Amino acid sequence: MSTATPTAETTSGDVAGDLAHDTGTHPTSTGLSNEKVAMWAFLGSECLLFGALISTYLLYKSRDAAGSIRPADIFDIPYTSVSSFVLLMSSLTMVLALAAIQKRDMRACRVWLLTTALLGATFVGGQVYEFTVFVREGLTLSTGLFGSTFFVLTGFHGAHVTLGVLMLLSLWAMSMKGRLSPERAETVELVGLYWHFVDIVWIVIFTLIYLIP
Amino acid sequence: MSDATTTTPATDHDEHAVAHDHPSELEYVKVALVLAAITAAEVAVVYIDSLEGLLVPILVVMSVLKFSLVVLWFMHLRFDNKLFRRLFVTGIVLALFVYTVALTTLHIWTRGG
Repeated sequence: MSTATPTAETTSGDVAGDLAHDTGTHPTSTGLSNEKVAMWAFLGSECLLFGALISTYLLYKSRDAAGSIRPADIFDIPYTSVSSFVLLMSSLTMVLALAAIQKRDMRACRVWLLTTALLGATFVGGQVYEFTVFVREGLTLSTGLFGSTFFVLTGFHGAHVTLGVLMLLSLWAMSMKGRLSPERAETVELVGLYWHFVDIVWIVIFTLIYLIP
Repeated sequence: MSDATTTTPATDHDEHAVAHDHPSELEYVKVALVLAAITAAEVAVVYIDSLEGLLVPILVVMSVLKFSLVVLWFMHLRFDNKLFRRLFVTGIVLALFVYTVALTTLHIWTRGG
């Protein structure tokens, strides 16, 4: 799917903006979108945030007193695998939403944005249920080092997913009101970058925290 | 439609020209299917007792593979400008370096985590 050739429809609107989108160049000193550069720099910095949280978890997960709840006692791998699958598929629907708006198919874009938001909400709902089960079994934020580091790490990730869901719903609402046009496809792309990032963070968390004993 | 998977920008100027030449929807679905298959394999490996000794390297390799697929295809780093790649890779490399040093200093490897 190439958007490299400007059409009559695209040149009738904001000419400079459309040309910038279609050729991949922007009227900036770098020739790139400042917003997109900022988003990638932000995501690079987020690697350090989640790196700190994951490292802290790995350091402290096994240092509770004997008899405390351990990761292997409490994790439900099949359940978390389904959650992971849901989040992975939401990355597919997100990228399909971007492809749709780049093809000027706003109806499909709205459908995929809403689907992505629903899949994200399903993931967050699953995480809330998992937390409830853990608390019922005696693992809380203040139980010990494992509980503290686990809830902080997965809670931070869940907060990021929740923020992503809110951004997706905002885009969907804007689209319903006619305030999201194909000329603003980059807005969808930026939200998509954020969404895929929370997905890749979960890929790492799923392996390091849940699967590796 | 030009085939993004076979287009290699020769210069920075060419790179801008293909910056928005993203894969087709079918390619995205194929990538998603591969991701789903790897996830299923990851879970299966955990339950195979004979692979216990190789579990960690196998899981790490599969995780890196999934991470790379999402970043390169869904986040379009494979097709976008090199500056984006540099920004993101800098963050990853810095995080890996800092936290490997920190965990090593705190003897996590010798204490068995």
